[in-house]
Amino acid sequence: MNQPTQARIFTLKIDGVDVAAREHETILELAQENNIFIPTLCHLEGLTEFGGCRLCVVEVQGSNRLFPACMTTVTEGMEVTTDSERLRVYRYMILGMLFSERNHVCSVCVSNGHCDLQFLAAKLGMTRVEMPYLHPSMVVDASHQHFIMDHNRCILCQRCVRVCGEIEGAFTKGVMGRGASSRIIHDLNGAWGDSKTCTSCGKCVNVCPTGALAEKGKSAGEMVKRRDWLPYLRSMQED
Amino acid sequence: MSAKAKLATVWLDGCSGCHMSLLDIDERILAVAEQADLVYSPLVDLKVFPEMVDVTLVEGAVSNEEDYAKIKKVRARTKILVALGDCAVTTNVPGMRNPFKVEDILNRAYLENAATNQHIPVAVIPPLRQTSLPVHQVVDVDVFVPGCPPSADTIFYVLTELLAGRTPDLLGKTRFGI
Ligand code: SF4
Ligand code: SF4
Repeated sequence: MNQPTQARIFTLKIDGVDVAAREHETILELAQENNIFIPTLCHLEGLTEFGGCRLCVVEVQGSNRLFPACMTTVTEGMEVTTDSERLRVYRYMILGMLFSERNHVCSVCVSNGHCDLQFLAAKLGMTRVEMPYLHPSMVVDASHQHFIMDHNRCILCQRCVRVCGEIEGAFTKGVMGRGASSRIIHDLNGAWGDSKTCTSCGKCVNVCPTGALAEKGKSAGEMVKRRDWLPYLRSMQED
Repeated sequence: MSAKAKLATVWLDGCSGCHMSLLDIDERILAVAEQADLVYSPLVDLKVFPEMVDVTLVEGAVSNEEDYAKIKKVRARTKILVALGDCAVTTNVPGMRNPFKVEDILNRAYLENAATNQHIPVAVIPPLRQTSLPVHQVVDVDVFVPGCPPSADTIFYVLTELLAGRTPDLLGKTRFGI
């Protein structure tokens, strides 16, 4: 057996364009390198891929399945389609479920104008939600001194859980329950403000794609998140 | 076309912001008036919704029995029904009461928080429905224009496209929230 000393290079097609990819690269990474847009929500550069939101599903020639681009590594000769009528239907469905499962009132939300969910809906030309809004009764945890967790706006992308464990090393945040009754919790489901493990670093607030996590005192549209620090911290860990 | 198109606007459970935004098209309203007659609207005096309307813009969610009866009638008498603004499209702020029971809301508003004259009105004010709904969950909607409110430019664009017989493409023009 020959032992390759460096990563092999594959050639494949994305949306009919020939591209070269490194072995072990994901379809999403490859698409982004080639300026091909694939919608994502749970993905965030610097965090471990989670494959939860399913917005990045793509079609791969020769298979009827849809593949999450963030979790699928490239193979030689692969032919990937990132946009089609079928994909659009599924993406609208996913966004629709995210909007209808909790209470998203963009006009009065702290993240209005700076929200990844809102932005994606607009970018994909979504002008309505087909499924009935569930309007569940949701709590807001304002027990932390600096931050607010508004479950009405949470899409369960788990960016906050990952950054808290992987980058800050605090492991304060977790998920409780299953399906639509899943909730982001702190420690053993206590109030955030009572957490002994939370370092109040605010990383979760800044990676959160929506208005679910915000700084206290922000009014509608005022919560702007900063994420430029994340890839640096990740690369420092890797060094 | 010899006869002008018939245009209507209706105001359900919304703050009137979408109508304000419509008025913000300013002098361009003259261009609209050349192509269409405003046959029914909170801005005109007619009390009965006419039999046959070409385009109706609907502001607001369907929250009470009057909204419900009105939108049913409007739909039956309109060719192209436009859900204008987030309340019509998503229920937006009117829908924020949906996690609560109507009884609790009325108690809160008219009894607990009322300093004087505490009573829940039973006449004149139309009864609230159990949940506030986006228009398309009550009747079929042809065109959706999200935004709180959609900008005057967006509204003008939608009107000109519809009056010219085209379907407006709203990609990049508006979004939930705005
Ligand atoms: S979190 Fe985003 S999508 Fe949800 S209400 Fe806020 S701005 Fe809208
Ligand atoms: S709080 Fe924010 S980051 Fe955490 S799961 Fe919910 S939406 Fe994602």
